[in-house]
Amino acid sequence: MSAPLISVRDLTLKMNGRVVLEHVTTDIAPDEIVTIVGPNGSGKSTFLRALIGAVPPASGHIERAKGLRIGYVPQKLAIDASLPLTVERFLGLPKRITTRKAADALEKAGVPDLHDRQMSALSGGQFQRVLLARALLENPQLLLLDEATQGLDQPGAAAFYQQIEEVRSDMGCAVVMVSHDLHVVMAASDRVLCMNGHICCAGTPEIVASAPEYRALFGSGTKGTFALYRHQHSHDHEHDHTHEHSH
Amino acid sequence: MLDDFLIRAALAGLGVALCAAPLGCFVVWRRMAYFGEATAHASILGVALALSLSLPILPAVLVAALIMAMTVSILTGRGYAMDTVLGVMAHTALAAGLVAVALLSDIRLDLMGFLFGDILAVSRSDLAVIWGGAAVVLGLTWWRWSALLTATLNPDLARASGIDPRREELGLTVALAIVVAVAIKVVGVLLIAALLVIPAAAARPLTRTPEAMAIWAGVLGGLSALGGLWAAFWLDAPTGPSIVCTAALLFILTTLGGALRRN
Repeated sequence: MSAPLISVRDLTLKMNGRVVLEHVTTDIAPDEIVTIVGPNGSGKSTFLRALIGAVPPASGHIERAKGLRIGYVPQKLAIDASLPLTVERFLGLPKRITTRKAADALEKAGVPDLHDRQMSALSGGQFQRVLLARALLENPQLLLLDEATQGLDQPGAAAFYQQIEEVRSDMGCAVVMVSHDLHVVMAASDRVLCMNGHICCAGTPEIVASAPEYRALFGSGTKGTFALYRHQHSHDHEHDHTHEHSH
Repeated sequence: MLDDFLIRAALAGLGVALCAAPLGCFVVWRRMAYFGEATAHASILGVALALSLSLPILPAVLVAALIMAMTVSILTGRGYAMDTVLGVMAHTALAAGLVAVALLSDIRLDLMGFLFGDILAVSRSDLAVIWGGAAVVLGLTWWRWSALLTATLNPDLARASGIDPRREELGLTVALAIVVAVAIKVVGVLLIAALLVIPAAAARPLTRTPEAMAIWAGVLGGLSALGGLWAAFWLDAPTGPSIVCTAALLFILTTLGGALRRN
């Protein structure tokens, strides 16, 4: 097996002094699709932000391969209405690119012909694809997606993940994504990390889906997205508690 | 008809308007209009301290403005919302500055000159300071433009591209402090924030890219400076406020124009 793109060793992360994720150890291999699932506030997004270096480790290590090129698609990107921005100019941040290159990236992301539009005039699906196009520009070895289908309807989300698959097979990059769309995402991934303040369970989608820790979080149905789930998972770092989430 | 002092005034106004324009765009995009205000108000405290300690005014103002900017950055996100922190700091700095000036009774200080500017009294050395400061600010903005714009869009996006958003913000803060320091003579501490925000806001309806907005903000800011000076001269009105009123008039025109074009 080739050297991992990122290795994470016994990583603990804090936000505002509170531990949100602890003792995470994992490797991201080239080419693999890793999906991170878990309830709200389980530390998924913070983990992704730690991978790009936006959150310093409270303890433990994150080691990136030398010169690792990361394409990052954030959870939310609120562009202030006072900022005029065409799609092409957005793609050219921070490094200016040629119209040709912008068109190529948009094509790959499945939204050709948008380059002259204002970012604020895009639909939710178009916007996410433009974010994807920008992440693809640097020819990334690792693509990080933080709930990239938030705000998309089911067919929109499914189409988006299909696009990710195509991009992966096209460019041969590894993909790490955080998602709520359990059944859609898990089918497409090589490995699933189930997080809830720590890694509850990990492995292939089949292994994770049948793990008791996973079932405790998401129920045993495949339509996890719509399930009203009750979380009674005990932690070694916190007292037992119950969360109720509705989706 | 253009006397020497009017030419100097026009050049001073243009210099400030040009360097305020691109920064004003960032102030608008990042929603930090009151950040500019607080920085400006802190400078009156700097003026008072400089006079009492017989220090040169410009560096004192720069330091006061920078300290204010840093304090606001540090306090924000520690239990208070940004606007509360700014509301406390901006007015405290202004009030403390006014008290300090009053206590230094042995010094003859033209307070109105600092509050509202005195563009007609701009000297050759003032001009050198203004254009020097403008050159530094424009150079800094030009150099960091793309990184700062990326960090403004989203700090995490910037990090993923290898940009440190905090460093870019620090650069922006320093540039703002410089603009405040050089603009005191032209519009005074009470109206500096207006010169940052209004031309940028007026440029918004005219533009489709960030760069175009910065350039148009410069054009409209320059027009405001010259138009305001002209109006003040003929109407015998105070210059600083006239410049700001002209900018406001341009804002109304472009906003109406933008609304008409959309319909």
